[in-house]
Amino acid sequence: MAEWAAVVGIGQTRYKTRRSDVSIAGLLREAVDRALADAGVGFDDIDAVVIGKAPDMFEGVVMPESYLADALGASGKPMLRVHTAGSVGGSTAIVAASHVQSGTFKRVLTVTYEKQSESNAMWALSTPQPFSVHLNAGAGGYFAPIIREYIRRTNAPEGVGIRVAVKDRRHGARNPLAHLQLPDITEQEVRDSMMLWDPLRFLEACPSSDGACAMVIAAADSISGNKPPAWIRGVAMRSEPTMYAGRDEVSPQAGRDCAADVYAQAGVMDPRRDFDCAEVYVPFSWYEPMWLENLGFAPPGEGWKLTLDGATSLDDGGDIPWNCSGGVLSSNPIGASGMIRFAEAARQVRGDAGAHQVENARLALGHAYGGGAQFFSMWVVGAHKN
Amino acid sequence: MREIAVVAFSQSACVADIGAVNEVELIMPQLQAVYAQVGLNSAQDVDFVCSGSCDYLQGAAFAFVAGVDALGAVPPLKESHVEMDAAWALYEAVLKIRTGHADSALLYGFGKSSPGELPAVLSQRLDPYYLAPLWLDTVSLAALQARMLLDSGSITESDMAAVVSRSRQNAQANPLAQLAGDVGVAALLQDDYLLAPLRRGDCAPVSDGAAAMIIATVEQARRWGVPYVRLTGIDQRIESHNPCMRDLTDSVSTRQAAAAAGVHEAALDVAEIYAPFSHQEIILTRALGLDEATVVNPSGGVLAGNLMMASGLARVGEVFQRIVNGDARRGVAHATSGPCLQHNLVAVLEGA
Repeated sequence: MAEWAAVVGIGQTRYKTRRSDVSIAGLLREAVDRALADAGVGFDDIDAVVIGKAPDMFEGVVMPESYLADALGASGKPMLRVHTAGSVGGSTAIVAASHVQSGTFKRVLTVTYEKQSESNAMWALSTPQPFSVHLNAGAGGYFAPIIREYIRRTNAPEGVGIRVAVKDRRHGARNPLAHLQLPDITEQEVRDSMMLWDPLRFLEACPSSDGACAMVIAAADSISGNKPPAWIRGVAMRSEPTMYAGRDEVSPQAGRDCAADVYAQAGVMDPRRDFDCAEVYVPFSWYEPMWLENLGFAPPGEGWKLTLDGATSLDDGGDIPWNCSGGVLSSNPIGASGMIRFAEAARQVRGDAGAHQVENARLALGHAYGGGAQFFSMWVVGAHKN
Repeated sequence: MREIAVVAFSQSACVADIGAVNEVELIMPQLQAVYAQVGLNSAQDVDFVCSGSCDYLQGAAFAFVAGVDALGAVPPLKESHVEMDAAWALYEAVLKIRTGHADSALLYGFGKSSPGELPAVLSQRLDPYYLAPLWLDTVSLAALQARMLLDSGSITESDMAAVVSRSRQNAQANPLAQLAGDVGVAALLQDDYLLAPLRRGDCAPVSDGAAAMIIATVEQARRWGVPYVRLTGIDQRIESHNPCMRDLTDSVSTRQAAAAAGVHEAALDVAEIYAPFSHQEIILTRALGLDEATVVNPSGGVLAGNLMMASGLARVGEVFQRIVNGDARRGVAHATSGPCLQHNLVAVLEGA
């Protein structure tokens, strides 16, 4: 019943620690201008604007879509601001797609961002709340015990996280937009880096980045630009509470349900075989093997074997490369990170991923998660409609 | 395009300071109420959930996670959230249903504004480089807007007081209102200015509370066998942020949204308008093109109680209830967001 929608334009900023040369609006415009140019359209061709970012406290701007309306050419148009925690980049893309899939609009601009240098995310995540234990904890401290439980369950060898950290940085070195450019990184270097939240070392964690990512999503009769469209073959979101009795925090049911939903829409029976590549939200090294299992690329307990076998590595010629762009481990403008996964999946099936292109990529998964690994958004994009 | 119906609505009383009641406790009674109206057991009985809230009211990142706890999202739900009034969550859900990915949706909005200083908190919504550092609060901005209207000669302070008087009088029939009473224009004009030309009565009170709604395709509403109201049009438009860049005495984006939503395709019996300041009701009534035939804000509107992040959804809910109760056949609901009516949503509801 849904109308066909496709990604026809993608624009990203270069990701880096501090973009003090531009305002928040200026940062977004870099990505938006590139996305519009990629789609071969101008602001007049855009029917609606959908914006997303992580918590407003990260920059200290309350409901920033108000301020950003002018810079995004939204005046006189519908505008929506999505916020679903770390999954927001993906959720925003899905909400933008629904503008077209619903038959309501022909061409929608969507953009997500974070300008972490104008804020202090650790402060924003640690404000004391009534009747709650006060935590001064970032995401790494939250996820480390869950990773330890994964290691306990699966008897995964100690070096798996290190392998992912090196692999994604080498992928990132192929991507000129990636924040971390570490082409010569070694496993020993990762092993020697400071232990932050056992078992996560400094080099096994994502950086803190400024950046924005934008896309133009269009209906089948409004395809534009010189590059092939990336057809949106499936979209899904799932949420579950942070805590409940019997919750499997290592492999959350919301993630498994979300994957099953989006695979069914796209006709994916065996994700490892059917996808040519995947862009999956891996902010901490060990989440690659964990999500390999949660997403059905590997049987339970065996995700780490794919990682160690090089199956997810472009450099090792793996059969199912994950995070060819360098992933979240190479660039993390939080609110945009999910959309970057979705956009990079689209770049692959458009054959437009430059030095990190997977040869003949036809079908790709974009994935994002957030909160206490409780919010999930995913899409499947293809070079063809079926 | 699929026909969509509103099938259930509930909102809490507007309370100035709810005390130690937390966000989950604000939301849950409203969810239970809308489940009961349709005969559902839980959020798992609808296809999609979307909410609206603002982290800065709670003073913590991720305010909406409290909502997910209130939902009892086990097994997991198809769920989304806007950092906007829940009227925009309704908008997102309408698109979702139109895609065919959902036949029904649960919506809710909540806000506990009492712990903070709302006008100052919302000053940080302004352009962070040029306006927010001035700590230009929402009441001051609205006062500037009211002054422009008065100076243009298109309204008088008596007109503003008349809006407040009617709100208080209408609210006497609304048990959920925070401010109600038989107050005349002359008495209101005797009050001191809070921030000239605004008197306290010209400004919506600060309220704590929540609202929830269930919508569905008309087919699903019939399967449920509950009374429903058709949502025949919904549109929303934003305009320039900088108050100096637009005519503050008009609301162009409301006119655009009203035209696109088909407001004037038939007569309107009722209008519920989200006007946090008395003069804004006059601007919006004009922008919506309403005449004497339409009853405006029979609930008292938000001048009688303003649930931040839920008041917009509640306007839609108020119109829904009046049509379901047989008091009206067709009505318009309006929601606003941003400084001086920057962003506006218009929804048209009609009896089945």
